[in-house]
Amino acid sequence: MKKLSDQEEKDMVDNCKKATFLIEKRQTGEITLKERLELEFHLKTCEMCSIFMKQSMVINQFVKKIFQPEKHKMKLDEDFKEQLQKQIDQKLGNTSKEQ
Amino acid sequence: MPKTTETTDIKEAGPNLWVGMYADYLDSYAYMRINDTELAKDLVQETFLAGLEGWDKFSRQSSEKTWLTGILKNKIYDVYRKKSRGAKSEPLAAEPVEQDDFFESDSGHWKQGRYPEAFGIEEPSNLEDKEFDGILKSCMAKLPPLWSSVFKMKHIDEEPSEEICSRLAITASNFWVISHRVKVSLRDCLQKNWI
Repeated sequence: MKKLSDQEEKDMVDNCKKATFLIEKRQTGEITLKERLELEFHLKTCEMCSIFMKQSMVINQFVKKIFQPEKHKMKLDEDFKEQLQKQIDQKLGNTSKEQ
Repeated sequence: MPKTTETTDIKEAGPNLWVGMYADYLDSYAYMRINDTELAKDLVQETFLAGLEGWDKFSRQSSEKTWLTGILKNKIYDVYRKKSRGAKSEPLAAEPVEQDDFFESDSGHWKQGRYPEAFGIEEPSNLEDKEFDGILKSCMAKLPPLWSSVFKMKHIDEEPSEEICSRLAITASNFWVISHRVKVSLRDCLQKNWI
C-alpha cells in the first residue's frame, strides 16, 4: 500500500498552503493518490485546515443556493418589456413567411 | 413555423410570448452574475434577438427556456472574459504573484492572525440564507474580475475546468491557483465580516 516517505511527511506537516490548495482541487475530484495521502496526513494534525475544509464546503453549498434566479426579487420595468415586445413583434411581422 | 399554444407547452410557446414568459427570469439570471442592471437588460435584449434569428434552427431537444438561457449564458461568459482582461489589453500574468498574505513562504503554514477560526458557518443546517447572502455577495464584489469569473463559472454554473480555462483564456495551472486563492480570500472575508 502506498505511503508517504518521511521526507514527504516532513514537507507536508506544516504546509497549509498546499493542503488548502488540495482541498480545493479535490472538490472537483482531480487529485492524485499521492496528493490525497499528503492531504490526509496534514489534516490529521492541523485543526485550522480542517476548519477551512468545513467552511469551504459550506461556502460552495450556499453559493449554489443563493444564486438561483428565483431569489432575485426585482422585475424588469414594464416600459422596457414593452420595448422588447415591440422589437420582437416587428421582426416577426417583417419575416413574412407562409403559415 | 411553430404553433403558439395556450397550453403550458413550454417547449414551443414561440417568440411572441417570450417577453412575458422569460424576460424577468433571464434578467435575474444575468443580473445575479454580472451585477449590472443596464448591462443585464442589454444582454436580455440581445438574447431575444439572437433567439429570433436562431428559432428555425432550434432543435427543440431542450425547452425554450433552457435554450434561451444557454444563449444568454454564452453572452455572460463573453462579458466575464472582457472584464477579466481589463480596459487595456495587458498580457495576462503567467502566474499570479507568488507573495502571499496568508501563508508563510518557507513552510506554507498559515500566517499568524490569518488562520481559519470557527465563526458559526460550520453547521449549514443552522444557517439562514439571508445571513450568508448579503455578506457573501459583498465579499465577492471585492474579488478581482478574473477571480470572480472563475469562481462564478465554477460554483454557480458548474462548468468544468477545461471550459472555464477556454472561455477565460487561462491555463489549467492558473485556474487551480486562482481557485485556491479565491476560496482563501472569500473565507477570510466572511470570517472578518460575519455578524
